[in-house]
Amino acid sequence: MPDLVIETAGLRKVYGSKIAVDDLTLQVPQGEVFGFLGPNGAGKSTSVKMLLGLVAPSGGDARLLGRSPSDPMVMARVGFLPEHFRFHEWLQATELLDMHGRLYGMNAATRRRRIPELLEQVGLAEHARRPIAGFSKGMLQRIGLAQALLNDPELVFLDEPTSALDPFGRMLVRGIIHDLKARGTTVFLNSHLLGEVEATCDRVSFIKAGRVLRTLALKDIAEGQIHVELRVDAITPALLSALEQAIGDCGRVVANGHAPDDSSAPATCHLTLTDEELLPLIAERTLASGARLYALTPRRMSLEQLFLEVVGTEDSGQ
Amino acid sequence: MQTSPVSIVFRPAGRKTIDTKDKVPLNTIKTITWLTFHEARRRKMVLAALVMGGLFLLLYGLGVALIDRNLQEHQISAIQLRFNYNILLIAGLYVVHFLTVMLAIFASVDTIAGEIASHTIQTLVTKPVRRWQIVLGKWLGYAAMLLIYLGLLGGGIFVVMYVLVGYTPPNQLAGLLLLMLEALVLLSLSLLGGTRLSTLTNGVLLFMLYGVAFIGAWVEQIGALLQSHAAVNIGIVTSLLMPVEALWRRASYLMQPPILSGIPTPFSGISPPSPAMVIYAALYAAAALGLAMRVFSRRDL
Repeated sequence: MPDLVIETAGLRKVYGSKIAVDDLTLQVPQGEVFGFLGPNGAGKSTSVKMLLGLVAPSGGDARLLGRSPSDPMVMARVGFLPEHFRFHEWLQATELLDMHGRLYGMNAATRRRRIPELLEQVGLAEHARRPIAGFSKGMLQRIGLAQALLNDPELVFLDEPTSALDPFGRMLVRGIIHDLKARGTTVFLNSHLLGEVEATCDRVSFIKAGRVLRTLALKDIAEGQIHVELRVDAITPALLSALEQAIGDCGRVVANGHAPDDSSAPATCHLTLTDEELLPLIAERTLASGARLYALTPRRMSLEQLFLEVVGTEDSGQ
Repeated sequence: MQTSPVSIVFRPAGRKTIDTKDKVPLNTIKTITWLTFHEARRRKMVLAALVMGGLFLLLYGLGVALIDRNLQEHQISAIQLRFNYNILLIAGLYVVHFLTVMLAIFASVDTIAGEIASHTIQTLVTKPVRRWQIVLGKWLGYAAMLLIYLGLLGGGIFVVMYVLVGYTPPNQLAGLLLLMLEALVLLSLSLLGGTRLSTLTNGVLLFMLYGVAFIGAWVEQIGALLQSHAAVNIGIVTSLLMPVEALWRRASYLMQPPILSGIPTPFSGISPPSPAMVIYAALYAAAALGLAMRVFSRRDL
């Protein structure tokens, strides 16, 4: 079994009467790129801060690389790019990285080697001697990323890492995350940019109002999945069994419609398919079962839709 | 449990990590101290302070020279001359004391509070460091700068007096050390305030505390003169709250000839603080620093 790099159990943070994080339980194995998706104020950053020992939890337990986040030695193997990335402005880029390197406990030779490497990697090599005060927001975020990767960490926390970057910058970060994954580094990505998460993550948790609503692997949402909305007059057991038979193992039927005796409004049935060719068969079987078909709408499932669906409406437990 | 200070641990995918388990905590403190110096230098704080200090000494020297010429013309006795020189010296040191209070507050008021507010603290604290080391590193950086500055400025006053008119007061070193202790008390308090308050609130609170101590010192002096126990007690309480003025009064008392202690001036000694007050102030500074380290270690960032 792979090592669990991050493990939490019932992690909770309460500020007075406001519950910022409520019962966060997750496990991230080594080498995974894990995404935390949620609207602003959902508790994503607070969760990350608890994992890093910046904020003390009100309850529950967290383990980072098998140790408590309040153990400073574990931080030598962890990198962090904060959401509010600000750095000491009077330092030059190289000096800033040198200072962070010293705090990591890296010796002078290692720092001398790593700093130019990282500046190159984040695209700031030509600004090595510039004071940070003159940096644009995007450049600051890049140096923040460099600082996070300085000590070749096993686990990296990226909190909204592309928020200030232009498309080139975002591509760069995506590339860096792919490189990290190739090296076996675990990445915890906080974002509200669905495109970024879709492009880089293995698994995703949707979080809202301090609670994790659903966790799933991104390949389950990948291309090939079709979401079909079927609007009929009534959902009968006959219809359901006809649909299930038609689909077989190529998908799922989820019925959420109105009560059977409320015949005034159409009922909606949702199906997930992997094969487009089943669509005509579904139409046929629906009509054959005696239902009246109002609409058959196929859609490629995207992360965005899933997000809206999960975060917008659902509020079940994990 | 490792027995050697550094060990190499092999991780999956052939990655090697140096295990920094027993790395010297001195490293963090040194880095933060260095950062503090560097900030002061780059932000031109040091330059501004040195220029201002230099100008002050220049003006002071000019003033002393002129007054001395005036005194010499009046053919007064040697004792009276020394008396006047002493007043000049103490007056000069009073300005230094005041500058020290200002500098100790202004320089350090923002150092923790500002880093918390701007979030620059987040990437410092999420390293293999202990939070108290950051506080201590900042303290050491500012303490060194303040003490060196004070040494130059205070020493400068002594040098000017010696060179221009050949006068040296009693207990020079003790006086200077007491001024240095003042700076350290304020610095510790400022760092403590910064762990919980915003920069502005911290600064206002510090100045208000100093103001209370200042007024309290006068109240105590007048109380001693008028033999009012209540007034004297008020003064004592304010000194306990903020020992900085008491330290100044002891310094000025030590550096004055005994005759002067009968007259209540900002510079004197009707009821000079005892050596116990000095010990109290040192413990006060240490406690404030200790508390700052503790509060910072526990708070959410």
